[in-house]
Amino acid sequence: MSDAQAAILRPETLVDEFKKNGVTHIITIPDSETNYLYELMQEQDWLEVIPTAREGETFAIALGLSISGKVPVVLIQNTGMMESGDSIRGMALDSGFPLVMVIGYRGWTRHGAITDSAARYTEPFLNAFRINYYLVEQNADGDRISMAFKEARATKRPVAVLVGDEYHGFNR
Amino acid sequence: MINAADVFRVFQTHRGKAIVIATGTSGKHWMDFTTHQNRDLNLGGAMGQTTAAALGLALGLPDEQVVLFDSEGALLMNLGIITTIAGKQPKNFFHFLLDNECYATTGGQPVPNAQGINYAGMAKEAGYAAAYSFDDLETFGAQIGNIMNEKGPVFVAIKVVPEVENEPIGRRQRRTVRTRPETIRTLRQELGIADS
Repeated sequence: MSDAQAAILRPETLVDEFKKNGVTHIITIPDSETNYLYELMQEQDWLEVIPTAREGETFAIALGLSISGKVPVVLIQNTGMMESGDSIRGMALDSGFPLVMVIGYRGWTRHGAITDSAARYTEPFLNAFRINYYLVEQNADGDRISMAFKEARATKRPVAVLVGDEYHGFNR
Repeated sequence: MINAADVFRVFQTHRGKAIVIATGTSGKHWMDFTTHQNRDLNLGGAMGQTTAAALGLALGLPDEQVVLFDSEGALLMNLGIITTIAGKQPKNFFHFLLDNECYATTGGQPVPNAQGINYAGMAKEAGYAAAYSFDDLETFGAQIGNIMNEKGPVFVAIKVVPEVENEPIGRRQRRTVRTRPETIRTLRQELGIADS
């Protein structure tokens, strides 16, 4: 694999990590930057995708699935995560179930200043909720997703994966 | 309008082994009629997201009937959920709406367009398999048996008498309810679901 290829976070990496960690359901709002990931998830016969109308629903649906013994993952953008504040509080933090929330890090860059307020407030938001997070920017970071699952299971709390590479390999 | 307690009294005889989630000021009456507490869930407490949690449960337990007694104030906070439910078409999901036309717990202020909304119409047009409206107990009692034998998602809107609470929160008499963790634990034991 070339350096350029290694620098791109491939959607297949996320799906492989989901399978490795026994994920049964993805609860999501599709966005234009992750369309290929959405299509790839739809192709997996071991994975059920639940499209929702608003991000706050995703954490509550995840709670219902967790009660029933399933392994859900929430997949939304940082803007939607911030909209979901009370749902995160009441349906995830207060639930006592592990949950990995994969958050598209809109506006994230490590080059120069971050100008998008969606990115500026993402980590302060997670810190305010005392939710730990792992930054995943490229393929080589893929194993951090398994670290998030491990931490979520150990603590029975939500743990976030911030996808800081929304604008590369997720659309084809 | 129907007294919420009468809705539950009639429903109980048709419950079978359904898992029941009751929310809102009207939902408090369920505890007086349930005969299978191990299959009752307390999922309230996040600005109307109980509807979505009940959907998740129905999707995760496709062989169990899941019955939600929702309130219109809660549903209006997350109205898009009816499209999410319709999109997944859970055949085991029964979505009852106890519509008292107001926010009873905050003093009875009307919800937006309180008397002008056709909730069953919205659910049907969103894509529920079936939708009903009731405002008298006799008709509800005559049809509930058949409704519980239908394939979901089914929506049942019921006009209920508001039970407005005006006392400051600290002075209200509270009934002892089973906590959410307790109801989750007993349901999972009942269904043989291993600890996460």
